[in-house]
Formats: sequence, C-alpha cells, structure tokens
Amino acid sequence: MYSKGFKPLAVATVLSILAAFALVFFYAPNDADQGFIQKIFYVHVPMAIVALFGFVAGGIMAIKHLRTGEASWDMRSYVAIHLSIILGTAVLVTGAIWAKASWGHWWVWDEPVLVSFLIVFLLYCVYYPLRYSIEDPERQARYSSVFAIAAGAFVPINFTAVRLAESVTHPRVLSQTGGSLPGDMRLTFLISLLAMTLLFVTLWKLELTSKHASMQLKRLRRRLELRAEERGAATPARSPV
Amino acid sequence: MAPALELDGLERRYGDRVALSGVTVRLEPGRTLAVFGANGAGKTTLLRVLAGLLRPHAGTARVMGCELPGETWKVRGRIGYLGHDPLLYRQLTGRENLTYQSRLYDLEPERVEEALAAVGLERRANEPVRDLSKGMVQRLAAARATLHDPDLLLLDEPRANLDPAAADRLEPLIGRDSGRARVLVTHDVDGGLAEADLAVGLRGGRQAFALPAGELDGARARGLYS
Amino acid sequence: MIRAAAAILRKDLTIEMRTKESVPAMTLFSVTVYVLFHFGLDRDTLDGELASGVLWVTLLLATVIGVSRLFATEREQGGIDALLLAPVDRTALFVAKAAALFLYLVLLEVVAVPVFGLLLLGPDLLAALPELLVILVLADIGLAAVGALVAALAVETRARELVVPLLLLPLVVPLLIGAASASEPLLREGAEPEDLGRFLALLAGYDLVFLLIALAVFDFLLDD
Repeated sequence: MYSKGFKPLAVATVLSILAAFALVFFYAPNDADQGFIQKIFYVHVPMAIVALFGFVAGGIMAIKHLRTGEASWDMRSYVAIHLSIILGTAVLVTGAIWAKASWGHWWVWDEPVLVSFLIVFLLYCVYYPLRYSIEDPERQARYSSVFAIAAGAFVPINFTAVRLAESVTHPRVLSQTGGSLPGDMRLTFLISLLAMTLLFVTLWKLELTSKHASMQLKRLRRRLELRAEERGAATPARSPV
Repeated sequence: MAPALELDGLERRYGDRVALSGVTVRLEPGRTLAVFGANGAGKTTLLRVLAGLLRPHAGTARVMGCELPGETWKVRGRIGYLGHDPLLYRQLTGRENLTYQSRLYDLEPERVEEALAAVGLERRANEPVRDLSKGMVQRLAAARATLHDPDLLLLDEPRANLDPAAADRLEPLIGRDSGRARVLVTHDVDGGLAEADLAVGLRGGRQAFALPAGELDGARARGLYS
Repeated sequence: MIRAAAAILRKDLTIEMRTKESVPAMTLFSVTVYVLFHFGLDRDTLDGELASGVLWVTLLLATVIGVSRLFATEREQGGIDALLLAPVDRTALFVAKAAALFLYLVLLEVVAVPVFGLLLLGPDLLAALPELLVILVLADIGLAAVGALVAALAVETRARELVVPLLLLPLVVPLLIGAASASEPLLREGAEPEDLGRFLALLAGYDLVFLLIALAVFDFLLDD
C-alpha cells in the first residue's frame, strides 16, 4: 500500500545525502567569522524547515482524515508529526550547539526562529499524552486530527507573533535562512535541504509501511483466534469474513 | 408509516473489538422490542447506536425511515432516551432541567408543567436534582425523555429504582400504552416478555435470537445470562 | 443555533452562580499569584515590562482553571449526550462554552485587574485603562475560542488535568506576546501607547483564525 516507488526514493535519498555530505565538507567554504562550526547550519536549518513542513503537512493530512473518515489519513498525519518531533529535538540540540559555538551561550532568546521553534515543539509534545490517553481508536484518531489542525495553523501564527515581538527591541541584521548566502554556500544548503526532505519522506513511508504491516498482522491474528474460538465452541461453522 | 426500526446486520466495533454484530430486526410503529443479554453483551451499545450517539460500522440501520448515520439529524428530536444516566444536572432544579430541555427542543413552556404533573413532581420541582431520591430522579428522567413526545423510546431498565406506585405512574409515558414504539432493555425476562412484541437476545455482541415474543421460551432467554 | 447556544449558556451561568466553581476560583488564584510575584520578585511595585508580564501571565494561568472546569458538569452528568439527542446544531455547544468562558474572563478581570493596580502596579492604572480595555477584550475573545476548543479536546482524555495546561499555554503564547507587548508601554509612568496598532492587529488576527478553526473542527469532537 505504501511501498509503491519506495526503492527509487530510497536510492535518491542515499545519493542526495552523500552529495550533501560531500558538498558540506569539501565544497562549501568555511565561514569567515564562525569557521568550521558554521557547517552545522547545513544540518540545523534544513531539519528545522523540514520539521515545520512536517507539522503543517500533518495538519493537512488531518483535514483529509476528518473529511474522508479514513483511518489511514490519521496514520499518515501521526507519522508525519511523530517524525517532525524527532527532528525537532535534533533541531533544538544542534541549535544550542551552534549558539554556544558562535555566541558563547547555549540558548539565545533574541533568535526568533529558534524561540518560535521551541514554542511549537512544546505544543507538539502534548500530541502524545493527548493521543494515547484516548482509548477508543476512532475517537483517538479524530481528536488527534483536531489537535493536528489547530497546531498546524498555530505554526505560522506563532512565527509571526514572535518575529513581531523581536523586531521591536532587536532590529534584525541578516536573515539566517539563506536569503543572502554566497553562491557556493547556497548550493550546498539547497542540496542539504533536498537530502533532508527526501530522508523525511523515506522515513515517513517506511514507518507507515511497518505500521500498516503490523496492523494487518494483528487483524489476521484476531481473525485466526476468532475462528479457533468458533471451532472450539462447536457452533455451526460460519465465515467471519 | 415507516417501521420504527429496520436493522439488518447492524455492527459496531470499538477498535478491533466487536461490541455488536449481526443485529437484524424489524419493528413496526407502536410496538415493543425487548432486548435481553448479560452485562457487556452489547445492549447499551445497541441503544446508543439507535439513539444516534454512536455511528454504526456495518450493516444498515433505519430508524423511523431514516438511514443512520447519514440521516441521524432527521430523527434527532423524535427519540426519547432513558438510560442508566438520568442526563440531568444535579445542581439545577427539576423545573430548570426540563426548561433547559424544552429550549433545546424548542417546545412551549407549558410542556414543562405538564411533564412535571405527569410524573407527580410538581411539588418538588424547585429542589435541586441532587436532593431528590433515586426514584424521583428516575421519574424526572422519564419526564425529560418524553418531554418532546417522541415516537420511539429507548429504555434501559426504566423501572430499576422505582416502587410499584411510581412505576404505574410512568406507565402512560413509557409503558406499552404510550402508543410509542419502544426498545426495552431489561434483565427481567418474564416482565420484559409480557410487554414485548418482539424479543432479541444478545450474547457477546452477537444476536443470539430475534423472535416474536410469543414464540420465545423464557428458559432460552434466561440461558443468555448463564 | 443561536437559540440553543443561548439555552446552554443560560444553563451554564445558572450552574456557575449556584456552584461558584470557576470565577471565584480564578479570581482567588490571580490574587494569590500576585502575592507570589511580590515575594518571588521581591518588589513592592512594578511598572513597564515587568508589570505587563506579571499581569498577563497571571491572567493566563487563571484561564487554565476556567478551561479545566468548562466541560466538567457535562462530563460528570451526561450533558453532552442530552445535547446530542436534541435536534440542535453541535456548534451551539462551542458557541455557548466560548461565550461562557469569555464572560468568566471578563468577570475575573473586573476584579483581578484593579487588584493588580492596587497591590503591585506602580503607575496609575486609570491612565492605562482605555487602551488596556481594548487589549483585554481582544485577548479574552482569543482565550475563549482556544480555551473552549482545548477544553473539549481534553474532556475525553484520561489525563485531563495535565492536557489542559500543557495544551493551552503554548497555544496562547502569541496572545501573550501581543497582549503583553501592547500593555507594556501603557503600564509605564506617563502611559504612552507604542506600537499599539500592530499588536492589536496581531490579537485580532489570532482571534479570527482560532475562532474559524474551532468552529470548523469542533463538531468532529462530538461525532461518535
């Protein structure tokens, strides 16, 4: 069901990651101010961008779920959000390392992107307790989708709000997300972003396939048990299908 | 007039667990269906599906000619539901509770007084529900369930907390002579059979039998509880 | 829809008048938090950023109490079933709950804001009042919309007491930014509004987006 086109996707992912590594280490120049540590940028920023898109994509899939009522869309939304939270953890860690290396502090509050990201991350962490404290699977899926939609819409609002607050006290000098990068850095960044995106999609498909398979397995087991039960109870044979 | 109920292979699951399956019944207007089954057999699930509180997962369910879940909104307001939970606010008085309900159903305010009189609670109508006895709460709940003069009653052990006098008093509202179609969940096999036209037995969520009440042997119904 | 929402709201207000579970608790909580801030910050009077921050953080924390109680009677007493049985648009429940929360917040602020002015605020509260009222109303609308949605989301979960604050507080960070930044210049000596339009626009935008989202998704929370 989810495995269609998986092989070429996996190959493209590996190739783009290799290309990104090669570019980061051998092509992109060391930053004039920050030196080698600036290369963490090629991991940190693509991860942040992909995680945010993952959150928003989870919200869009949740809309699909509520529209169609198909549980598979909830699964897609769940996996997207789940992967984004994992990436999000890595974003905060790499962000802290970068901040320590270039500004001498583990955390800087005047970096609106990072601060917004922390708020979004905190919100999404509640997805798990919310989801797993609802037992009925259909209700679990619906409530998770409602959360995913509200939180997905929250992402851009939150970024706007934080930026608005910052721009009053700290005028921003230079956008860090690649608006004014020199050409070689820019190419490296774009390839890294591509690699990260492909990696995300690959992992998403992989996780979905495995979830789907284990669910199928559970269903088959159940059916087998039911059949055994019926035979044991010596009721007239009836197909449970 | 469309049958009160037309169920065919009705099924409801909670995740992988089947709570109700294979329920096939046709109930004419004004008739009574008795539902028997041990605890956890799916009786309450059946009532909640018929009330439009839970959507069916498979099979067809038509209530008063309207297909569930697609046309649930059409039958809302024509069903009276009297379950274990009285669905009354304990902090509000009986009158306030019924007034609130009458506003939800867009009824005349006089209906509230009529309903209070019908269950003999006019004199206690200004006391908070939490101060009423269990029997009185059940009477008030019956008044709530019949306030909007429903065509179909879904009853779950409606006489559980009532003394015989109170039970008699509710007879015109929720009894056989109310003229309403009824689905009656009860553990009292003989009593249930006596006032039913049809009987359905549930065992582990599956329909064990569906027979005219006259053809059902009481022992078979009691067998569900063993 | 409006008729049903009005009926639900009336019922909620009657219950609140009788049980006094939400507004008095929220108010008491706010005053207690002021006392905590007095000792925690070791300051007798506050102004500017600090005043605005303390005021808004306190109000948001008090909102958590109101939100956790918002669906309590429905959950405990089967009110949602009764409502679903009635021929009533489900959105009416959201509208009624958001309106109830809005009124609770207004009542809270009628007491908690003047008390803040008396206990902690250095400059005169009256000077800030006209603009502050606009900010309060805009923030209350957003809090009511998000709060009613969060309350409905949390009501069916086992970890209710946990989910409400954890969900609500990050969601209202943009509101806090807007409200606190807009109030801050007003709570300084000589109260001059600064960047007021921009932050009011942020609050209004937030209100609009979350009202629309909540209206769009609320029905699904009741759909079994």
